[in-house]
Amino acid sequence: MLDCKQASQIISQSLDRNLTIRERFALKLHLLICKYCKLFSRQMQILRVAIKQMSASIENNHKIEMPSEAKKRITDLVEAHSAQP
Amino acid sequence: MTTPNMHEWLNEHSDYLYRFALARLRDPHQAEDVVQETFLAAIKSPNFAEQSAPRTWLTGILKHKIIDVMRKSVREIAVSDLMNDEDANMDEFFDEQGHWTEKPQTWDMPTDALEQKQFLGVLQTCMEKLPAKAAQLFLMRDVHETDNEEICKELNISTTNAWVMLYRARMGLRKCLEINWIGN
Repeated sequence: MLDCKQASQIISQSLDRNLTIRERFALKLHLLICKYCKLFSRQMQILRVAIKQMSASIENNHKIEMPSEAKKRITDLVEAHSAQP
Repeated sequence: MTTPNMHEWLNEHSDYLYRFALARLRDPHQAEDVVQETFLAAIKSPNFAEQSAPRTWLTGILKHKIIDVMRKSVREIAVSDLMNDEDANMDEFFDEQGHWTEKPQTWDMPTDALEQKQFLGVLQTCMEKLPAKAAQLFLMRDVHETDNEEICKELNISTTNAWVMLYRARMGLRKCLEINWIGN
């Protein structure tokens, strides 16, 4: 019988690899009787989605611009390289 | 002829490329650096003047530069610290019987835009609190969806090690979120 510590590890690993049949069965059994690990499992799903959303919100935020010093630096570098034969 | 063209590209695409990099690396300096490397690689490329879809082409170069940076930084932080992590116990989360010391709560996900923004803000703060190595590995896995085996090969660590690190990162994140967002 899994305890919550073991169950939470398997839940986390289920995001990273395929569980064995034995693990899946043991986890299912545990989740039937443990609402906290069920909540934990749901939290892990939410986290994964939220992390991706966070990346998307940065990528689509047009207020974020590259600092002008960096732009200047890159422009200068590009010019220096173009000047070369 | 080439310089004006590249200037146009800089004006048109550098902000986009910067955001693309920032979303994946979360470090402004690293993001600037990869954009810089991308433009330098582009100008050295013999066929850059013929690109009909420069943004797509530049983004393709950028992706490779981003992965290189992640590999390097994860490799730097990994080896010595990993050993500590593998042994690290999870006593702060579980009692001796393996039960949760603080029971996971129901997370009601925000539905309106403002709440969602607040939630992502808290998540960002919590990510920043993670140990750098854990955060990088986490991003590599969950944002880039890098294959686990590839991560392990890159870092020269066992898959078990990677699972332990990812597990710890997720446990740390959820705890931080329960305290700072769900709790208020």
